[in-house]
Amino acid sequence: MNTPRTFPSSLAAVLGAVALGLAGTVIAEVPEKQVEYVIPFGPGGESDISARLQQPYFKEKFGQDMVITYKPGGGGALGWSQLNDMNADGHSIMGINLPHIIIQPAQKEVGYTTEDITAIHMFHYTPDAIVVNASSPYETLADLVEDAETNPGKVTLSGSGKATANHLAQIRFDEMAGIETTYVPFKGTGAAVTALLGNQVKAEWGYTTVGATQGDQVRLLAVAMEERHPLFPDVPTFTELGYDMVGGAYRGIAVPSGADEATRTRWADMIAEINADEKFRQQMLDGGFAMLDVTYEGMEAFMQERSEEYLKTARDAGLVK
Amino acid sequence: MDLSHFLGALTPANLAFALFGVVAGTVIGSIPGLTATMAVAVLVPLTFVLPPESALILLGAIYTGAIYGGAYAAILLNTPGTPSAIATTFDGYPMARKGQADLAISVACYASVTGGLVGALSLLFLAPPLSRIALAFGPVEYFWLSVFGLSLIASLSSGNLVKGLAGGALGMLLSCVGIAEISSDVRLTGGSRTLVGGIEVVAALIGLYCIPVLIEMVSTPARHLEPASDVRGIRFRDGALVAWRSKLNLLRSSVIGTVVGILPGAGGSVAGLVAYSEARRTAKPGQRFGEGEPDGVMATEAANNATVGGGFVPTLVLGIPGTPPDAVILGALMVQGVRTGPALFSQSGSIVYTFIYGLLIATCLMLPVGLLIGRYAYRSILHFPKAVLVPTVGFMTIIGTYAIRNSLSDVAIMIGLGTLGWVLGRFGYAASPIVLGLILGPIAEQGFVQAWTIGAATDELGAMFFGRPISLAIIAFTLLSVAWPAVRARRSAIRPDATS
Repeated sequence: MNTPRTFPSSLAAVLGAVALGLAGTVIAEVPEKQVEYVIPFGPGGESDISARLQQPYFKEKFGQDMVITYKPGGGGALGWSQLNDMNADGHSIMGINLPHIIIQPAQKEVGYTTEDITAIHMFHYTPDAIVVNASSPYETLADLVEDAETNPGKVTLSGSGKATANHLAQIRFDEMAGIETTYVPFKGTGAAVTALLGNQVKAEWGYTTVGATQGDQVRLLAVAMEERHPLFPDVPTFTELGYDMVGGAYRGIAVPSGADEATRTRWADMIAEINADEKFRQQMLDGGFAMLDVTYEGMEAFMQERSEEYLKTARDAGLVK
Repeated sequence: MDLSHFLGALTPANLAFALFGVVAGTVIGSIPGLTATMAVAVLVPLTFVLPPESALILLGAIYTGAIYGGAYAAILLNTPGTPSAIATTFDGYPMARKGQADLAISVACYASVTGGLVGALSLLFLAPPLSRIALAFGPVEYFWLSVFGLSLIASLSSGNLVKGLAGGALGMLLSCVGIAEISSDVRLTGGSRTLVGGIEVVAALIGLYCIPVLIEMVSTPARHLEPASDVRGIRFRDGALVAWRSKLNLLRSSVIGTVVGILPGAGGSVAGLVAYSEARRTAKPGQRFGEGEPDGVMATEAANNATVGGGFVPTLVLGIPGTPPDAVILGALMVQGVRTGPALFSQSGSIVYTFIYGLLIATCLMLPVGLLIGRYAYRSILHFPKAVLVPTVGFMTIIGTYAIRNSLSDVAIMIGLGTLGWVLGRFGYAASPIVLGLILGPIAEQGFVQAWTIGAATDELGAMFFGRPISLAIIAFTLLSVAWPAVRARRSAIRPDATS
């Protein structure tokens, strides 16, 4: 069959088949088959939990399974550095976290840059909160600030990792309140909470989700939100107490950079639809999360704003140059 | 805690889940590279349609089966199926080489069941006080605990002390590769993207243990394992007798496993190590640990299965995962709307108690299931020709390593470390010290840095490191286990007729 006369026709047949195949991929709407949702952390953390809450809604609304896989390493850096190597046909997405994807590349060579990440949607955040043990002598934020003023450096607060949301919150707050506290990094929120419960530290820079899981064992002194969280109506916001702090760890999803515009907007719409579901929102709120709706269109402005904020704090603290 | 919960665990559906979970878990755990965490994570979506207690029973059964299953590969292939089974290789594989693999497998089963029961019963009756003990362990205690673990490496390599220590140091150095967890420095990667994620423990485990075994299998035409005699079955009776004679060892190891299990982040590997060391320290004269002593296998297997029940203590009581599979299970519970943590026992008591009874039942089911599956595992490894065995195991190790983080980097690291491990093995360096250094290094580093930060901030550095009761107890154990071999040698030198 490999004579010069039949070669052009077999080539044409092959090219035709390839073209049809490609056309088929472009025309089809995501999701056509099960999708892969990669979490660049280990299981059990906030990223995992919020993804697992989304899983059943995805199946219900779009008819396909959402398979959650984990790729932990380097505080998320391993996963993000491999994001653009993933299949770009629209069936693979990855969880992303702020401030990680902004701070990590600014600090060192981690295998990716912030621009490499094609963020599609930021669907929630866990607001920063100062958490204390229920048996702690601090009843209000003012108590903690007073202790820190009288004993500079002696108030120890646990938190998850370094140059993370918890750490940046501690730096910003110390600056605003004019105090000096000591931040003790732990591997993940779980370990930070254990240290708090065991009274190894005096307080924790955590999130509202910690208050939700630990219930009566802990007390929140303040939350970094615009308004009080529905789960904690008695806990004041930082703004109420005179500190301009709103924020936390933001989470969303990204697609590989090779994904085309149609795929990107499709995913933004799908996540937005899950995010608009009342039952989903309630489940997230009950878990202590706070909802957010930053979609693809508004992403650039959002990232720009957060970038400036984070990088300034990190520079002031000497975490980045 | 009334009878209805127990009966709830005995419904046909829940019994079926327990049985299925134990079988699936044992099979998955026995394949090097497929860990308990993976087994649990893969089956979590299945549980969304189940009621919470059934979901918990299924996941718990898989978890406990997987921890037991790791013993097969440890005994038959000198490769721990899961990190929890590392210490099982110390005496498990030598037993297999001596033709006693069948005995090793059956005592491993009895020990695992005992450990699992002790752990689950502790969870049932002692969860609240145990959780308070867990909280008392702060960064300093974790630091001293890992120093203890590292000192065990030294005393376990008594024939080759320097090599053992060098291996441990290499392991600790390897653990520094990548992004440090708590200081976010990038270390020792040389700009390589492959290494930025660090050296994953399971990948290193498979590489350092399994690749040299595979190379060795290929290098000689002899059979991999010779049976002692043509004994059919796997010596259930003999195993039971041996286990009964060592009931003190079993009990002590189970307690050690439970206590280590309640410490978040410690894990089955540490439990096995501590239990093994204690068993060795209290060995009767004539017992030769490290050369195929059933008590060694029993100690580690009892301890690591006890961590299953123990690990659920902080998970259920504090909402803080005791071990990685617990983290997955916590996530699954959260999706079900079950609030773990302090509210769990009061608000969802029936779910918790039904689950604990289910776990107990699953552990009991592990006895017949484990012995049966063990017999087939033993038979297949024994009778398969090497031409079939080597490629199959090699293939599974690659699949297993890739499956950890869906990362080819891990496979590359596994093969690289495996080759290194084989070369080092020829010079007398064992794999265990390296892997243990890899596991304990980060725990030691984090504990030290955190303790130092707190101590320096509160001007209590000395009191921090040397003034806390639990730390002092651990330091005492460390000194004891380091000094013991020397003391024993002195004693036997003074009374030469006392040794065998």
